[in-house]
Amino acid sequence: MHQDTLMKRLIASLVVAFSLCGAAFAQEGGPAWDKFPVERLTDRAALQHGAKLFVNYCLNCHQAAYMRYNRLHDPEIGLTDDQIKSNLLFAGDKVGDLMKTSLDPKDAKAFFGTVPPDLSVIARSRSGANGTGADYLYTYLRSFYRDETRPTGWNNRVFPNVGMPHVLWELQGTQRAVFEDEKGEGGQVEHVFKGLKLETPGTLSPADYNADVADLVAYLQWMSEPVQNFRVRLGVWVLIFLAFFWVISWRLNAAYWKDVN
Amino acid sequence: MSEFKVAPANASTGVKLMTWVDNRFPATKLWKEHASEYYAPKNFNFWYFFGILATLVLVIQIVTGIFLVMHYKPDATLAFASVEYIMRDVPWGWLVRYMHSTGASAFFIVVYLHMFRGFLYGSYRKPRELVWIFGCAIFLCLMGEAFMGYLLPWGQMSYWGAQVIVNLFSAIPFVGPDLSLMIRGDYVVSDATLNRFFSFHVIAIPLILLGLVVAHIIALHEVGSNNPDGVEIKANKDANGIPRDGIPFHPYYSVHDMMGVVAFLILFSAVVFLAPEMGGYFLEANNFIPADSLKTPPHIAPVWYFTPFYSMLRATTDDMLVWFRLIVAVSAVLALWKGRFGALGKLLIVVGALLALVGMGALKFTGVQALSGCDAKFWGVLVMGGSVVILFFMPWLDKSPVKSIRYRPGWHKAVYGVFVITFLILGWLGIQPPDPLKTAVAQVGTLIYFGFFLLMPWWSQMGTFKPVPDRVTFHAH
Repeated sequence: MHQDTLMKRLIASLVVAFSLCGAAFAQEGGPAWDKFPVERLTDRAALQHGAKLFVNYCLNCHQAAYMRYNRLHDPEIGLTDDQIKSNLLFAGDKVGDLMKTSLDPKDAKAFFGTVPPDLSVIARSRSGANGTGADYLYTYLRSFYRDETRPTGWNNRVFPNVGMPHVLWELQGTQRAVFEDEKGEGGQVEHVFKGLKLETPGTLSPADYNADVADLVAYLQWMSEPVQNFRVRLGVWVLIFLAFFWVISWRLNAAYWKDVN
Repeated sequence: MSEFKVAPANASTGVKLMTWVDNRFPATKLWKEHASEYYAPKNFNFWYFFGILATLVLVIQIVTGIFLVMHYKPDATLAFASVEYIMRDVPWGWLVRYMHSTGASAFFIVVYLHMFRGFLYGSYRKPRELVWIFGCAIFLCLMGEAFMGYLLPWGQMSYWGAQVIVNLFSAIPFVGPDLSLMIRGDYVVSDATLNRFFSFHVIAIPLILLGLVVAHIIALHEVGSNNPDGVEIKANKDANGIPRDGIPFHPYYSVHDMMGVVAFLILFSAVVFLAPEMGGYFLEANNFIPADSLKTPPHIAPVWYFTPFYSMLRATTDDMLVWFRLIVAVSAVLALWKGRFGALGKLLIVVGALLALVGMGALKFTGVQALSGCDAKFWGVLVMGGSVVILFFMPWLDKSPVKSIRYRPGWHKAVYGVFVITFLILGWLGIQPPDPLKTAVAQVGTLIYFGFFLLMPWWSQMGTFKPVPDRVTFHAH
């Protein structure tokens, strides 16, 4: 019996040690990220709206070269070929095509100083200490502010000196970063960031703009792994089956082992 | 060669067929030797599931690997996209890929637990030294296999992880730079590197791995399995020559292992279906960014299963070499004073210790280039390699009069506990960006890790041991 308690303690301490590792990436710092409203991920209207925003605003410079238009058939979004053709495609594109941009990478480099990254898996690549990739994107797209020192005239709170201008500025309007001078501990004056302030309103109210960005991010999150919802649904059935199968294997084992003594 | 048998005329077709086969290939003989008449101790506990689970994961990796290779492109310009193609356009490709990526981590989890079982019950002790050595070689192959496989998705972490590790080889004196050039096939990690790593990952290492697994099992079945009591069941046989504490592997352990296999599959599927990224530990966020030789990520960490060893590499700084020199000097003096060596032995100790001391920079203060020794990076590589290689020597380091921890002094359990906790802490530190405090902790951890092994010949025979029973402890279910 003593052995068993030792083993149990050992296993328990292993479990605790591994759960402590959860904080392993809590190192990156930077401004906190806002929480992306995850319920949008299963909201078909939100995803459809997000897809439309994506094609209209993002796809001009970025591409999603691993993603096919007709993947939008998936039940989460549920668009038909005709809907894709009439709403999302430029003339000449086919529904089976990959989401490529017409912007030449060389031009892009000249315009922005860097080639805009592919957005197919952007939501998966940006998760970190401050939250999920969706949290990051949701914060990033709402954190642009006017900065005349930058070539584009724009800067971003969570991605300082970003090459991308604020593409959604007509919707959001323009923001300014508010800094205040404060006395630091050593008596020196510090330039402290106090928040973003809406300077000129856009065509959307702040609440509507947040909702639009949430839809767009929902789409980006879905696109980063279109199978994700199906994967989880299927997984639940797999686990139910295996649990049932385990009971059978447990009873089978007991039936065989009853004559070992 | 066995005699040619003839099945009775009225035998069933099945018997006739097996007789025909057995006259040409020892099918029934192999089945009996390795399953139906392989007698395993009846007191196996939880820890004895991990051998079969390692075999299961090996099969999962091979089968999913075969399907991945059908769609993967080992080309620096196509590799990243082909993985996403598997994830999106190949029917069930996502499942195959997640099984393979989760399988890599699962392999290390079950192998670490399998090895720890060996620690607990002295499974490496005589006559199982070769079982253990084949096992250590499997572990070494597994590390190579995992490292090369990790480059294939061609993401940022793949690329820079490979860059960092291959650069380590350049720290080896004289041959290092050429060696690392040969491994990469280029001056930086590039298409050439990707192609050779692919070749090693799908052909060379799996072939060696399979051969070693067969050797591991043949050696095990030759000597018979150890058990939680560390009692040799072959020492007590009945009139038929069957160990009294043994039961046929099939059907008793085949049905028993099935229970473990299904339990494992529950955990495995939970990861594959519900959390394939496992919070960034199994699939790292950075690896969803295509490899870019011009953008070095701010923090490069190896995958979790390498981090304990990586920690020890990083812990080997110039400060650490001071401690190493002290340890070498003290051990040499102790060996000369206490050890019973002949004149030649003493000479070898003195020469070896002096070479090590100079190599570790004992004469660096003179400023003479030829006497400055190798830099800390080289010793770090040696420490990292040594931390794995030292496992091979376990059978001869352990001098305890009993095999199983059950009959060892109570404080031996604490020693094992400290070792396990040290290993976990080193693993955690290996993921973190270094800072002075963490490096100091890793240095202490490195000394504990090596102390555990190198001082084992002494501590393992200290204390009061409990009497080992003649028969295994077993309570019927």
